[in-house]
Amino acid sequence: MAAPKKTVAKESGHETAGSPPEFSREQELKALRDMLLIRRFEEKAGQLYGMGAIGGFCHLYIGQEAVVVGMQMALKQGDEVITGYRDHGHMLACDMEAKGVMAELTGRRGGYSHGKGGSMHMFSKEKHFYGGHGIVGAQVSLGTGLAFANRYRGNDNVSVTYFGDGAANQGQVYESFNMAELWKLPVIYVIENNRYAMGTAVSRASAQQDFSKRGVSFNIPGKQVDGMDVRAVKAAADEAVAWCRGGNGPIILEMQTYRYRGHSMSDPAKYRTREEVEKVRHDQDPIEQVRNRLLAAGVSEQDLKAIDAGVREIVNEAADFAQHDPEPDPSELYTDIYR
Amino acid sequence: MPIQVLMPALSPTMEKGNLAKWLKKEGETIKSGDVIAEIETDKATMEVEATDEGTLGKILIPEGTADVAVNTPIATILADGESAADLAKAPAAPAPQPKAAEAPAAEAKGDAKAEAPQPAAKAPAAPVSEALPDTEIPAGTEMVTQTIREALRDAMAEEMRRDGDVFIMGEEVAEYQGAYKVTQGLLQEFGARRVIDTPITEHGFAGVGVGAAMAGLKPIVEFMTWNFAMQAIDQIINSAAKTLYMSGGQMGCSIVFRGPNGAAARVAAQHSQDYAAWYSQIPGLKVIAPYSAADYKGLLKAAIRDPNPVVFLENEMLYGHTGEVPKLPDFVVPIGKARIARAGKDVTIVSWAMGMSYALKAADELAKEGIEAEVIDLRTIRPMDTETIINSVKKTGRAVTVEEGWQQSGVGSEVASRIMEHAFDYLDAPVARVSGKDVPMPYAANLEKLALPSVAEVVAAAKAVSYR
Repeated sequence: MAAPKKTVAKESGHETAGSPPEFSREQELKALRDMLLIRRFEEKAGQLYGMGAIGGFCHLYIGQEAVVVGMQMALKQGDEVITGYRDHGHMLACDMEAKGVMAELTGRRGGYSHGKGGSMHMFSKEKHFYGGHGIVGAQVSLGTGLAFANRYRGNDNVSVTYFGDGAANQGQVYESFNMAELWKLPVIYVIENNRYAMGTAVSRASAQQDFSKRGVSFNIPGKQVDGMDVRAVKAAADEAVAWCRGGNGPIILEMQTYRYRGHSMSDPAKYRTREEVEKVRHDQDPIEQVRNRLLAAGVSEQDLKAIDAGVREIVNEAADFAQHDPEPDPSELYTDIYR
Repeated sequence: MPIQVLMPALSPTMEKGNLAKWLKKEGETIKSGDVIAEIETDKATMEVEATDEGTLGKILIPEGTADVAVNTPIATILADGESAADLAKAPAAPAPQPKAAEAPAAEAKGDAKAEAPQPAAKAPAAPVSEALPDTEIPAGTEMVTQTIREALRDAMAEEMRRDGDVFIMGEEVAEYQGAYKVTQGLLQEFGARRVIDTPITEHGFAGVGVGAAMAGLKPIVEFMTWNFAMQAIDQIINSAAKTLYMSGGQMGCSIVFRGPNGAAARVAAQHSQDYAAWYSQIPGLKVIAPYSAADYKGLLKAAIRDPNPVVFLENEMLYGHTGEVPKLPDFVVPIGKARIARAGKDVTIVSWAMGMSYALKAADELAKEGIEAEVIDLRTIRPMDTETIINSVKKTGRAVTVEEGWQQSGVGSEVASRIMEHAFDYLDAPVARVSGKDVPMPYAANLEKLALPSVAEVVAAAKAVSYR
């Protein structure tokens, strides 16, 4: 392995540069549309949950949209994506169909897992999305394994392995960091720090709250990124992807983000104030940031409304499908156990 | 009085070895720590260091002697002031003692993870009678005698030659050649890309293996023992076994988890547990626990080719045992088929893995008393070959299960339930279960022996269900 090229600051630490590189209008519009799709989808999922159409656990991604959308803008066909249980946004960002995702949430046969996985367990081999994992932290070893396969095959694909600030305290994360750096595996560890692991604030759970430093003892470089600004995410992702494709091994991106809703649908969110949520929503909302920039650049309110309307149509269709698609055939009970 | 040097045990399972070379001659002065001889075990060539000082009086076992039993006197050392005339005073046989006491650390290297040095072989030796031939082996096939360790190695090497997506990872599998020398030579043939030493990180590397399998590779993940795989059981069950189902059939996982399972010898509770029952409960996993050398080879090859996650349970006590393996270019034993190891009409004994050694010896004993036992080797625990069991019980009307694992919720309990469900009207007696005792494995040699099943217990159970 060639000596690592210094394409990314090896030192961990805060992003000190000024504002991130500007997006082209085309990029701004794409980011807006993709983030809106996730937001509207999640709002609808929350509504369907309230109606009893979605059961079990349902973890919404509202507020964190810029992370997956910005990351995805830096990837190419073949790069793998894997995450934990807050996974709807990742799937939509991977271009999986809203209908198939929503129908899985309602446990119908047209769902990505034929109704057998549910909210936390969905996959698409075609779109290189490897789940959707319900055990906190398990996807970190699995994502490292995806990177191992890339290296074994000698391709230039990168595994983008997402996990949260809570999962970052699991032991296997560090077992994986060690192997990833030891074997120079092409994996981007994206730590989505939304400040709360379920109901436990980062300050109450983490001795080292700068998650970009979590790889320091393995010599894995890391960077803190404003995860509410899709441009900052994209810029960090570009650097990280180049680092991995260049054969330099893994890299950590700490995305500083925030979820507006509770941990799951049953979470009354007593661990934070309503004001805290409102402040983030008002000051930092990832979608509003793009909207405001587009408006300032002369895009009409009408054009933006048209984008929203297009997204709502997709989501409404998905919700309609997900409520009318039949449940899986009883014979599905015994399929897909072995192959 | 002259001191006797005994043939040392150099691993927990060593019963005999070859005296390869003497490095000291008779009459030479010996200081404590001098290397005096080289001994070949079935795993490696080891140096024997003197622990006593004096002069090498007499070499009792010449170099080049094969199969020298552990604790055989191999030389005498004369203390200062003693002469050849004193040799006659040496004791004729070694004093009885726990064998572990003198055994030099073999694999250990100060590493608690490697085998503890301990020789006492408490499991019965390979039985005399294995009445029935393997049905998978065509008549007239040339057979080669191999250790089970070699059969496993050959199985992996053959599959790695056949399919470039197959690789092996685990602790000490590459440069060390395997903690139990099962992967001997694989690094040399296939290189470091495909034979991968991992850090000591079971949870992590099991997950990495499963991730690689989800991406379409076919990993063989070696656990130094299945005891350590408890660190990784979440990845085996939640990730490997369930993902195919949870993905609606999209995301399968062709992976073999393998390594020694069950009680070894004198390694106590944390290193002596049978996991067959644990893993056999999980839909999505296949669980294999062979006994014969041929089955070890043929079933490991089948496991590597299987598109599902397979838990392959080996037995450390059997690694050094030899058996007949068919000399065929591609010998594969189907998963999920039991083998009737010995035919009989009076009582059915169902076992697998190490349990078979008790079962077959018991069948020999029973035959002397006119009871013809039919011995079934399950070979695969999941999916279980219920048909073979039921057909036998319908013939004999009596059944005994034998396992080293614990009784509660054990594999024997499952076998007994299936017999009750499918052959209740054929039973002439309740099914009897012989198993490991309901205790953590003790260290003391006598207690350890008591904790495991015995041939006598199997014989007694077979007689009890026969009302004899």
